[in-house]
Amino acid sequence: MTRLLARISALALAIPLTFTRAAAQDTTKVNEGVRVGVEYQPGVRPGLVVFPGPGLDSARAIVRRDLDYSDRFEMIALADVPTGPSTGRGGAEGGPVNYGIYKALGAEFGVELAETGGGVTARLHDLNAGQVRNQQSFPLPAAADPGYRLEVHRLADEVARWATGTPGIAATRLLFVSGGRVYRIDSDEAAITPLTPAGQTALSPAWSPDGQRFAYTQLGEGRGAVLVQSVGGGAAVQAPGTATALNITPAFSPDGRLLAYAHSDETGTDVYLANVADRCCAQRLTVGRYADNLSPTFSPDGRRLAFVSTRAGPPQIYVMAADGTDQELLAPFDYGATGSSNAPEWSPDGANVVFHREVTGSPQLFLVDAAGRRVRQLTSSGRNEDPTWGPDGRHITFVSDRSGARQLWVIDVETGRVRQLHTPGAARLPAWSRRLSRTAVAP
Amino acid sequence: MRATPLLLVLATAGFAAACGGKPAPEQPAPEPTPAPAPAPAPAPADDSAERDRMEKERMAREAAERAKAVAADLAAMIKFEYDQATVRSTDQGTLDRKAAILGVNPNVRIQISGHADERGSDEYNLALGNRRAAAAKRYLENKGIDASRMEVVSYGEERPLNPGHDETAYAQNRRDEFQVTAGGDNLVAPQ
Repeated sequence: MTRLLARISALALAIPLTFTRAAAQDTTKVNEGVRVGVEYQPGVRPGLVVFPGPGLDSARAIVRRDLDYSDRFEMIALADVPTGPSTGRGGAEGGPVNYGIYKALGAEFGVELAETGGGVTARLHDLNAGQVRNQQSFPLPAAADPGYRLEVHRLADEVARWATGTPGIAATRLLFVSGGRVYRIDSDEAAITPLTPAGQTALSPAWSPDGQRFAYTQLGEGRGAVLVQSVGGGAAVQAPGTATALNITPAFSPDGRLLAYAHSDETGTDVYLANVADRCCAQRLTVGRYADNLSPTFSPDGRRLAFVSTRAGPPQIYVMAADGTDQELLAPFDYGATGSSNAPEWSPDGANVVFHREVTGSPQLFLVDAAGRRVRQLTSSGRNEDPTWGPDGRHITFVSDRSGARQLWVIDVETGRVRQLHTPGAARLPAWSRRLSRTAVAP
Repeated sequence: MRATPLLLVLATAGFAAACGGKPAPEQPAPEPTPAPAPAPAPAPADDSAERDRMEKERMAREAAERAKAVAADLAAMIKFEYDQATVRSTDQGTLDRKAAILGVNPNVRIQISGHADERGSDEYNLALGNRRAAAAKRYLENKGIDASRMEVVSYGEERPLNPGHDETAYAQNRRDEFQVTAGGDNLVAPQ
């Protein structure tokens, strides 16, 4: 024991290692204006270090950031580490990893990336157990290939799953609207691509669950159809029942066969459900009588829809069975006191519905749990609106003006950590994909 | 084609703004000042023919002015309170005037477009704009105008009249616009 400690100390002196707890610092810095019900405990999350090594620098950087953005680890950053063969794994190349030195920095997990023929092998080291917990080879396209980054994201998500039981959220994309066009962007801000033509007014993009298509409203001269289009390009197809009047706020069912949307005409705005798989059968789910019913969102089991209704005056969040029966209030409010509530989205784990609600004139993010119907406020400063869930059910992308212009931001509901998702211009109406499989990924 | 109603809308908007946000007056076009009589020509031989010509010109000019005033009344916007789609009592006169014009011009068809200010949810504002346009249509229907002559559309907050971010701008942007889509030539003024 004494001998081991002595060896760690000797190594620590011999190798100029510096480290910072990057995640904890970020959290302290950006936590302003955020109120979460869970007290954030730095240090409760396991420490994780990405081992230095020869080559794969850009993959290593992407994995490090992806794991940081998963908010599940205390990321231990190594700086000024010579990456020569003698120290590449904290020990001799090909030899055993020197677990002690990383444990001394507070790490419980170490991620090793090694080039193997045409790909990369990822190993998750359990430093306390002193062994490799999981390993897998991933095919890795050339760094210039459009699929390269997403493949590395997929690797990072898998590493997160090995360590915590839940995959990360890196192999995902977002849709958003800027200047009347729908854009696609990778979760790490790469590969921004316009998907709809310039000079039009596109609104409310929504992903199909398989990540291959999206639905959106094309607002023409005060009217608009819901269009369904492949993310990879191709012609847009009009959703059934949306040829006339104004059709807004589309949402796919979890099996991707149905599309719920709101149809606005002079009798009001009501929620409809159409079968996009068979291209038929738009069915009306609400009867507004001059009240508005809009912004439907499916529960992950597909059996219920949360939606916005003005049936009691200002818009609030309601829920119904997917056939339109059993309509009732979901997010309690005080009549005459509580502000308007809009833009609900059901979490992928089914537990919560996120929405925004006006608080003294500014929208703020709220959660209501689907079972207990308790409402919890997530943000409190500036405008924070139009939330969309990440696939892990704890990260939410939303629109905020905290930096001046309306931009996309990401909040981790568990820790309260907030970061910006940078886009070139003002951005609104974001939609976050589920984890993207290889077949779903368009270049 | 497109420029004329837009100009009318803007002219009316400017007038409404100058009145401190009061509703558009029922007679926004002031009586045109008659053109000063030209100096009599020195001993014209065809004096009566020239007088006839000028009289015809004057009548044509006045008819055009009246038609313009009718068109302006038809295009006059109405405004709404925040997050409300109820026709304000102060706007009822504006709509009554439209109903009278539509009553004596049976071939005229109009499109009513509802708009919202930038506050509130982007998507909800489309529904709100729709409700505002539908409210004006219902009002005119109740005044006897056939529903098939009026169509309802909504732009939500996508086409602000005033791009500002203050209450003045918001108040101007919460509106219904009225555009003639057919039968807008030779408008007759109601008695």
